Amino acid sequence: MTIAPRTLGLVLLAIGLAAFPLLSPNAFAYDLAVRVLINAVVVIGLNLLFGYTGQISLGHAGFIGLGTYASAVLTTHFNWPPLVALVAGAAGTGLLAFVIARPILTLKGHHLAMATLGMGIIIAIALNNEMHYTGGSDGMSVPAFTIGSWTLSGDRNWYALLSILLLAAVWTASNLVDSPAGRALQAIHGSEVAARIAGVDVAGVKVKVFVLSAIVASVMGSLEAHYLEFATPDTAGFVRSIILMTMVIVGGMASIPGSLVGAALLTLLPQVLSTFEDGETIVFGIILIVTMIFMPNGLVPTLSNRLTRLRS
Amino acid sequence: MSALEVSRLSKHFGGVAAVDDLSFTVEAGSIHAIIGPNGAGKTTLINLLSGIYAPSAGVITMMDETVTGFSPDRLARLGLSRTFQNIQVCMNMDAISNVMVGGQTRVDSGFFAGLLHLPHIRKADAALREEAAALMAYVGLSQYRTAQASQMPYGALKRLEIARALAAKPKILLLDEPAAGLNHSETDEIRKLIEHIAKAGVTVLLVEHDMKLVMQVSTRILVLDYGKKLAEGTPEVVRADPQVIAAYLGVAA
Repeated sequence: MTIAPRTLGLVLLAIGLAAFPLLSPNAFAYDLAVRVLINAVVVIGLNLLFGYTGQISLGHAGFIGLGTYASAVLTTHFNWPPLVALVAGAAGTGLLAFVIARPILTLKGHHLAMATLGMGIIIAIALNNEMHYTGGSDGMSVPAFTIGSWTLSGDRNWYALLSILLLAAVWTASNLVDSPAGRALQAIHGSEVAARIAGVDVAGVKVKVFVLSAIVASVMGSLEAHYLEFATPDTAGFVRSIILMTMVIVGGMASIPGSLVGAALLTLLPQVLSTFEDGETIVFGIILIVTMIFMPNGLVPTLSNRLTRLRS
Repeated sequence: MSALEVSRLSKHFGGVAAVDDLSFTVEAGSIHAIIGPNGAGKTTLINLLSGIYAPSAGVITMMDETVTGFSPDRLARLGLSRTFQNIQVCMNMDAISNVMVGGQTRVDSGFFAGLLHLPHIRKADAALREEAAALMAYVGLSQYRTAQASQMPYGALKRLEIARALAAKPKILLLDEPAAGLNHSETDEIRKLIEHIAKAGVTVLLVEHDMKLVMQVSTRILVLDYGKKLAEGTPEVVRADPQVIAAYLGVAA
């Protein structure tokens, strides 16, 4: 029996995730790992929308913010159990995404970019202005994640939970892109008219993938709030939306491993570069520009193409 | 039985009638060519028939069902498929996946089933992949089985579109200039392919500029000029029609 490269990749990822705690990382390393994992799951969802289906979203941090504040507000002000708040946030975000998806996703290119940009900014403004509930730009504290009497705490446990979620995200996303539904996504990216002629309900499929990626972002936003035990409107801000898009593009469009690489690189790089102090942003920018010039398809697709060419 | 019946069909773009009060019938199993000078309304007609444009007036009947104004994906599910004059191949995918997209209506394309890769999807997808490979062989593209679409030459992409259209198992196939940009031997292969497809029972509607090809394969020919029917009939009749000769070669030819 041969092992599909997909299965092999998943096994290697699982081994890697399980091996990390064996290096006895300190709290700082755990914290970074958790942030990478959270971003990676969001980026996988965004890659389905942008990398695979070709629909840009410059407002995805808005969906993270909705999850974050659904959890923060519902647990703090209304005493909802965290899990219920998380699910409610995801459902609400999914509903909002569903309602705005149809009008927004009939737009293309720059117009879609502008519409999603506006959507994200509106969400961020709303979170900033609802001072009474959100504490405005000062942010608000969020209780720990509890289920019944059990409390999720400690870097190790958060790391374990998010590792499992990442594996689940990688598994389901790889399944999706390798299924008829995933082929429809890629066909829409390649030629919308061809997809329609082949019987793909283009508008319906776009809505579905938009809602899916929004829900994923919302859930991760909720978890991030409980992990940090704090929420700020920056979570939902424009800059974060751009960073998420950059993770997709640098890691690799239409590549699940690329999503992981992009999320890891762009989360860790600023830490590594902090030795440059004031020059940090400049070096960061240069790295991104050079990557895009020499690897316009992103790191993972470019490198895997070179590898296959070397073999043949 | 008629595969397609078009009755008093019109399409206006602003003040221009690209298709003007046009009626004709396509018999099931025939190869029906649509010809005419540039700007005669051929591509507009194809776009109307495949649901990309909604008609301004008129009725389209497909296998005894009124389908006027149906969306392309709905028409696809009813058995209508097409290729494009300017190639619409998904360059972000490999060749065989492009063909498999054609079979989209015959597999479960639900998100939930896809996310979990349920067994019935795995099975249906494997079968579809084999079918797609067989179709690629059928249109003469076996050598591109593992190729990316973006690596294929123009002539091969034209055939890849035909394979994709066939993957839908269509009852009616619209071919929009399948020989455009092809050399003689390639055109000859396309001709054989069209004849094979028709022999297999698929009704073929062919828009083509290559008159030699049209005269060789067509059962009937519809000649358009300024969106109206100029002539219709067998190749022999159309070839001898003075109006057709005038439209193509200028008056008093």
